[in-house]
Amino acid sequence: MTNRSVVLDQTRRSLAIAKKDLRVYYVKGPVVIFGVLMPTFLFLAFFIGRQMPLNSLIPGLLGMAVFFTATAVSPVIAPWETQARTLERLASCPVAVWTILLGDMLASVVFGIVISFVPILVGLITGASIHHPFILAAGVVLAAFCFSSLALIFSFPPASSPATIMMLSSLIKFPLVFVSGVFMPVAELPAWAKGIASFSPLTYFTEVARYCMGGISYYPPSLSLPLLLMVTIVFWGIAVSLHKRTLPRRL
Amino acid sequence: MEKGVALSPISTGRTLENRSAITVEGLTKYYGNLLAVDHVGFNVNNGELFGFLGPNGAGKTTTVRILTGIIHAEGGTGLVMGYPAGSLPAKQLSGVVPEQANAYVDLSAWDNLILMAELYRVRLSEARFRAEALLQKVGLYEKKDNLVKTFSLGMRKRLIICLALVSEPHVLFLDEPTSGLDVQSTRLIREMLRKLRKEGKTIFLTTHNMDEASELCDRVAIINHGKLVAIDTPERLRIGAGRFHVVEIGFERPVAPEILSQLQNVDKVEGTGNKIRIYTENPCGLVASVVDFTRSHSLTMVNLNIQTPSLEEAFVRLTQEVSHDK
Repeated sequence: MTNRSVVLDQTRRSLAIAKKDLRVYYVKGPVVIFGVLMPTFLFLAFFIGRQMPLNSLIPGLLGMAVFFTATAVSPVIAPWETQARTLERLASCPVAVWTILLGDMLASVVFGIVISFVPILVGLITGASIHHPFILAAGVVLAAFCFSSLALIFSFPPASSPATIMMLSSLIKFPLVFVSGVFMPVAELPAWAKGIASFSPLTYFTEVARYCMGGISYYPPSLSLPLLLMVTIVFWGIAVSLHKRTLPRRL
Repeated sequence: MEKGVALSPISTGRTLENRSAITVEGLTKYYGNLLAVDHVGFNVNNGELFGFLGPNGAGKTTTVRILTGIIHAEGGTGLVMGYPAGSLPAKQLSGVVPEQANAYVDLSAWDNLILMAELYRVRLSEARFRAEALLQKVGLYEKKDNLVKTFSLGMRKRLIICLALVSEPHVLFLDEPTSGLDVQSTRLIREMLRKLRKEGKTIFLTTHNMDEASELCDRVAIINHGKLVAIDTPERLRIGAGRFHVVEIGFERPVAPEILSQLQNVDKVEGTGNKIRIYTENPCGLVASVVDFTRSHSLTMVNLNIQTPSLEEAFVRLTQEVSHDK
């Protein structure tokens, strides 16, 4: 088999893993509710009482929803499966480490994209308009891939307790939300905050969403979208390399 | 776990006949400072049911986990159907039944089987056909849509055998498949193994159960403290390792054991009254001596039974020898 057909073959196997992940870990009432409620309440806690236009409010909510849903479950799949010994089952199957990770990532991407419809619908119902739907769609898909690959990095420590990984990922996720122009457009941030925001991939997605909904956008989509793609590739490479090292220690 | 190249079961491009199914040379594995597997080497022939015996912590499960690609060895080589153990082609040709039943408990038995079929790239129509046949064979078809979390241990073990077989592997690795099971499940699994053996599958079976090994296996290897201490057919191991045969004799009237201990070829005599147990290295010679003795003392034998050493005795002696050597 050529390298190309090996990749294709393994990618097909990763779809089976993604399907399993969606059924076992995602399509559950509490997970879906958590995916919608968590970003909504966190967002409302910051916006109630402040006079903000819809084209600034909805992109922030969308950014939070995609970020939290795409990073919610995939970091804990590896420790869950370590605990249940099902990771050992996967490891004995003809699948590579990256195949397992791709499956986990694809499930997370699907979940992130599906949940993104909630804030978009909320925006449309409350009067927001989408000026560039295709750019927004590309942004949502890229962001879901980017945040999912980031979530895979969170799960690399070979812990078998999901709580340990949850704690570690929360330590990174929450500060990242506050520095990513979710609650205030990047254009309105002071220079030092703009500098910090430029290091977060969430910033670029929120900026794409703001642009598509007619809000003030500091970074144009022509910069944000390629950057999201580049960061996704870097995160994916890091995740695969780290998991290759730590997976044998889980088994 | 990622070595070699991926391979679909129909495009191996190699002849799978006429060669060892499993070849192991100098396999070595450390856990920290503990030498868990110490330069182990053996061959398993195609279509052979090979038993791998050893006390707890001897290195059985570690060896299986290396051969199935779950963990890596520090030294030596392992080949499965000619491919490096742990490589994708080797895994494609293997089925694994681990000691702990590890199906997805939040999926139904059917969905677990379809998932495994998809991971081995079995066509969906074929996967459905095989899943149905396997579940019927192990008596789980009626419960195919039930979540695995509702299954008993025996049902879960039967299911994981089905999971290992859905890809129709050339080599089947089973780690203690009947441990902790009730009589019915144990008999069902043993019967399945016999049938698979007849169908020509190569089976690598680790077990604690000497009767199971003796009854099922073509050859067995005994491992202790990470070292291979013996490898042969159960019959030869019994005969070779068990120095003493036991000859049980029943007489019509009581005979003093002290008198019998004077006979040729007797190593030890036990028992009182009518029933005597004599330990000997030469059962034929002993029987001749006893027959002469009964004639000369006008006795009548009502029972004569020669017991060859069991595999369990051979196992205990071989594993104890290594322990003492250490």
